[in-house]
Amino acid sequence: MSQDASNPMTNETSSETSHVALPELPRLNRLYRLQWEEVQKAWVLLYPEGMVKLNDSAAAILQRCDGTRTADALVDDLQAAYGVTGIAPEVHAFVQHACERGWLV
Amino acid sequence: MPLSNTPANAAGWSDPAPAPAANALAPTPPLWLLAELTYRCPLHCAFCYNPVDYTRVEQELDTAQWRRVLDEGRALGAVQLGFSGGEPLVRDDLEALVAHARGLGYYINLITSGVGLTDARLGALREAGLDHIQLSFQDSTREMNDFLSSTRTFDLKNKVARLIKAHGYPMVMNCVLHRYNLPHIGAIIEMALEMGAEYLELANTQYYGWAWENRLALMPTEAQLREAEAVVERYRAKIGNRCKLLFVVPDYYENRPKRCMNGWGTTFLGIAPDGAAMPCHAARMLPGLTLPNVRESSLHDIWHHSDAFRRFRGTDWMPEPCRSCDEWEKDLGGCRCQAFLLTGDPGRTDPVCDKSPDHGRVREVVMQAARREVKEAPLVFRSVAESRRLVEEAAGDERG
Repeated sequence: MSQDASNPMTNETSSETSHVALPELPRLNRLYRLQWEEVQKAWVLLYPEGMVKLNDSAAAILQRCDGTRTADALVDDLQAAYGVTGIAPEVHAFVQHACERGWLV
Repeated sequence: MPLSNTPANAAGWSDPAPAPAANALAPTPPLWLLAELTYRCPLHCAFCYNPVDYTRVEQELDTAQWRRVLDEGRALGAVQLGFSGGEPLVRDDLEALVAHARGLGYYINLITSGVGLTDARLGALREAGLDHIQLSFQDSTREMNDFLSSTRTFDLKNKVARLIKAHGYPMVMNCVLHRYNLPHIGAIIEMALEMGAEYLELANTQYYGWAWENRLALMPTEAQLREAEAVVERYRAKIGNRCKLLFVVPDYYENRPKRCMNGWGTTFLGIAPDGAAMPCHAARMLPGLTLPNVRESSLHDIWHHSDAFRRFRGTDWMPEPCRSCDEWEKDLGGCRCQAFLLTGDPGRTDPVCDKSPDHGRVREVVMQAARREVKEAPLVFRSVAESRRLVEEAAGDERG
């Protein structure tokens, strides 16, 4: 097999695009798998040869991005589930970020 | 409710978020487990990183032993699993191992030349739970692809790429770069786009194994590299997220080294076909380093307690000029194998660093290569016969 094919830890540069159109009903990109990792005590996003460790809030949002909820519905759902208010700006900002990263489509 | 996400220092994460240097007593989990199922391979690539003396390794782990490796790796916290080789498809228990790994919760990557990847096997692997396929090409042209791998595989690889997409797998296309194919980088990117690859890994050759044997022939010129980087940048601006272009920086033209495997014994655990556990792909060649074997020890003991995994973990082992350098925790002294190949001592600062007293040796290889015409440095293709010849030569050197 080719050299470095299995060496994912090398320094690399990758493109990060900025503005993408926000989907009406965000759902997880099929390239990614969202999963609980017991050893890390964290939710992670897995993709080819890579991983993003999520904090609890990011995980709570992504778990609800199943293609049936608008961003506003996500906010309602999260506020009800966690008994908090006023999180709309943060949720919208994260959804935007996750779309830019290609996690959500 | 803080919403920032924390990039982990896992396999493939490319943001500048280096893990803290692991304490030798309390290592981080081996997030990336690489199972090199076999050294057997139908290709003969001149830049393969497998050890040149791979013919000395005869007894491969059996299915039950690999299952135990997967069980123990998962318990340690491994989450990304690579099946690699050699060519992993020559093992007929690959589907069974994939199914076992998926049951354990791994994200499973198959790293393959594509030879042997039929429609039927793609279906069976999908059913077993394979997540992703990384397919190697050697070039965008049939002539160069087939020359560099010493096989006629270009058309087959094209066919396999279409089948991979037809089965709905995410695909990483991988191409190792050097002076022969760097001028084709635009065409290589076009090929990846045409095939629908989600990622294209453009990996400049790292000089270990067979590539070290061929370093004078493969070493690109600086002009080739800069031009290739400019082409990659132009494509990134044009294609956005459609296909992510990963450009692995070539060490020999840098003045600071890369971290060795994100830090020795912090993230990566490789298992060779015979069960030898390796802190990096090339660690087999390091003198004075006895690799533990999964036939004799548990992965837990290997990761936590073996001398091989503790030897260069953290910063305690570091020599000058690293010890008094303010960047020592950034690159952790660089690559141990490169230090050994260029200085004879794996414990020295990576000579890629321009603070290293050995930096001149890197410049020397670059200058030698620049003076040389390609035809004056014939390629040594990986094969059983060449491997045996190199083993003999090394034995001769030791005797003489």
